[in-house]
Amino acid sequence: MGKVGVVLCPCELEGGSSFDPEVLVEGLKGRKDVLPLIHHQPVCSESGVEAIRAFMEGNGLDRGVMACSKPELFGPTFKKALRQWGLNPSLSEVLGIRPIAEGKRTDDLQEALHVIEEGIGEIQRRKPAKGPKTPFIKRAMVIGGGITGITASIDLGNGGYEVLLVDRLPSIGGRMLQLSETFPTLDCAQCTLTPKTVETGQNPHIRLITYAEVESVSGGAGDFAVRIRRKAAYVDWEKCTGCGLCQEKCPSKVPSEFERGIGPGKAIYTLSPQAVPNKPVINPEVCRYFTEGKCRVCEKVCPTDAIDYAQEDTFIEERVGAIIVATGFDLYRKEEIGEYGYGDVPDVIDGLAFERLNSASGPTAGEIRRPSDGRVPKEVVFIQCVASRDPERYMPYCSRACCMYTAKHARLYKHKVHDGRAYIFYMDIRSMGKGYEEFIQQGMEEGILYLKGRVSRLFRDNDHVVVWGVDTLTGKKVEIAADMVVLATAMIPSRGAKELAEKLHIGTDEYGFLTEAQWKLYPVESGVEGIYLAGCAQGPKDIADTVAQGNAAASKVQVLFAQHRNSSLLRSDS
Amino acid sequence: MEFLYFPGCTLYTKAQNLDEAGRACAKALGFELKELSNWTCCGATFPLAKDNIMALAPPARILARAKEEGSALTTLCSVCFNVIKRTNELIKGDEEKREKINTFIEMDYQGDVQVIHYLEILKREVGFDTIKGALKRDLQEMRVAPFYGCMLLRPSEEMEFDDKEAPTIFEEFLGAINCEPVDFPYKIECCGAFQSVGAPEVATECAYAILNSAIRNGAEAVTTTCPLCQFNIDNMQREIRQKYNGFPGIPIIYFTQLLGLALGLPVEKLEFHRNDVDPRPLLEKRGLL
Repeated sequence: MGKVGVVLCPCELEGGSSFDPEVLVEGLKGRKDVLPLIHHQPVCSESGVEAIRAFMEGNGLDRGVMACSKPELFGPTFKKALRQWGLNPSLSEVLGIRPIAEGKRTDDLQEALHVIEEGIGEIQRRKPAKGPKTPFIKRAMVIGGGITGITASIDLGNGGYEVLLVDRLPSIGGRMLQLSETFPTLDCAQCTLTPKTVETGQNPHIRLITYAEVESVSGGAGDFAVRIRRKAAYVDWEKCTGCGLCQEKCPSKVPSEFERGIGPGKAIYTLSPQAVPNKPVINPEVCRYFTEGKCRVCEKVCPTDAIDYAQEDTFIEERVGAIIVATGFDLYRKEEIGEYGYGDVPDVIDGLAFERLNSASGPTAGEIRRPSDGRVPKEVVFIQCVASRDPERYMPYCSRACCMYTAKHARLYKHKVHDGRAYIFYMDIRSMGKGYEEFIQQGMEEGILYLKGRVSRLFRDNDHVVVWGVDTLTGKKVEIAADMVVLATAMIPSRGAKELAEKLHIGTDEYGFLTEAQWKLYPVESGVEGIYLAGCAQGPKDIADTVAQGNAAASKVQVLFAQHRNSSLLRSDS
Repeated sequence: MEFLYFPGCTLYTKAQNLDEAGRACAKALGFELKELSNWTCCGATFPLAKDNIMALAPPARILARAKEEGSALTTLCSVCFNVIKRTNELIKGDEEKREKINTFIEMDYQGDVQVIHYLEILKREVGFDTIKGALKRDLQEMRVAPFYGCMLLRPSEEMEFDDKEAPTIFEEFLGAINCEPVDFPYKIECCGAFQSVGAPEVATECAYAILNSAIRNGAEAVTTTCPLCQFNIDNMQREIRQKYNGFPGIPIIYFTQLLGLALGLPVEKLEFHRNDVDPRPLLEKRGLL
């Protein structure tokens, strides 16, 4: 049995009361092979760490228990220090102790003592963890091939590490691929993104596994065993050259999910002409051959015999040392918003649909034409905070990007339809990014009419969408007979994110966003060693923020890998 | 099937056409409306102030009496329904308020009477299919716009009546009696309510917008469940005509009158002479009289 050093941190706790280490020391005295230490500065300070080292080394202690108020914050410091001194971090425990209140000192003291004694017993009994049988695997899996996942993958790939980039869709690019232009510079989204997707596809260290979902994950940092389900594409991607003939000839025209329902798609499709990889898949739910038993047009026209209707899902099993989760967001469904017509009012579209409408690669080739009759809308109402900041009915949080993208939408609309009028109903204008406020001001100068107030209802009346709102600055009710309405609906976690989080044993909040270890200081750590989060999967954010998180997560993975470069540091049973 | 029936003040006076037809239809469809004894005014509005217990005394008394006489209480008037149902929900869910109210009215009521609107009886207890089978007069797909107003639907968490933004029960009912329901955006809007007393010009505008929307969507008549809605969009048409030259006017018919007509009840029982805009020319034109 080893000798246990008990370190008590006297840090002030929330509410001003601290636990009094002196009394705890009294309670712990006289136990065999146990030595308590109080350090009168926070143990996470430099002098604190030094004091612990002197205490452990000076007393020949090889196991440690630390009791403090915030184990999630101080724990990593303690364990890291132990490792540096050549001790085995697996023979240490960091315990959370609640403050000992003045009023009920005896009870709280007993409770704290109890927690510490349990911890000591556990550490005394514990056998040293065996070092990993295989070396720490320095390759990563990135889940989600949007701009976040792409950013992280390129960083890791350029750092020389192998990356598996898994995406649910047939090609990478994610939401950003749907966007027309981006704020605050009005760069074409595709022009900025496509070089990145191409770079991802060409990076020798990055392996794309698209049209695939993570089925299961086991193991821990350094050696996760992952099983990935590769969905049947019904196209042999080895043979396919991406010529596009099958899509051209496919007779099944269906509303495309990528085009947000306002543009046609085919039963065999790629997401864009610049798709990476540029290989199509068949949607069996709408394919004539799968639903009616005849057609086979794609098979007939394919010059390389790549169509394979008998293809089945396959499974890929891999081992990785670290995982980055970047599964992105969906928009709150307008079909669930009664006051805005449950999605049944024509020409009421969401922000992503407007992106497609405005996109050169979209269904109208970038001309602003409303979906119902193709007319150029002359009065367009944009509504912000739809299902955001509405704790009683929808989501209580701010979706962060909508103020900016709505201003962008209105400006792009005015740039294209010079005699058109753009109204924006808003609650507040939140524009605190670099160049953002200037962007809004320019929009106002360009003649966007900002109305501070909510819209209570909208409905179809002949070929107009009647919008009932209020302008709280004049105190007047506003009725607008609009030609088109764009709803800035709330960002919500992408479908299936919660299930994935369960497979990874990482947390989600009440809305399904992934929870970080600590919002301020550990924003991309998941709480599980070796698993990191980035982008909108963790909470709503704009491209600039999401890219920063992608970079951060990749950097964290490289730090983790770098720590295992020296094999002497690898062994934990020394 | 027996239901305690709370007519409410208006149904004994201005809205006898709603009441008489409702009672006659119940008889024809085989369910009994047993009038509550000793009923009083429902209070006419559910108090907006949360501590206004006094305003809850009348509906609470009505409910406590209903408990002594039966288990389910129905109304025809949407306002009475709103006040009584919301009071019942409050008594059921809020122990502190329940005690206060009970102390105040010196009765003991726990919120266990079922409050059900006549339309809900038709849908859930009788069934629209049964009604379809009992039709004696063909309404020939007369185009009728169902006007819900607010009181049946809101607040939806308490009323639990139908989808507050896109209700359908009235349309289903109209379909069952072979009318063609006319969808119009103003069907869930405010009729002007009590503004017709203090600021009639406000109520007139509300009524004008509603009726205009119904007419533009092709309605031949509008139907209501509520004497207050009925007054505002029926009686106020005189003011509308004075203000808006060329307003064609449109008959407003209580849903019980339409039901009675479809069930083949004698026309004189349905009291069409009480409606301000006379529906009889329309009914005559359709050969229904």
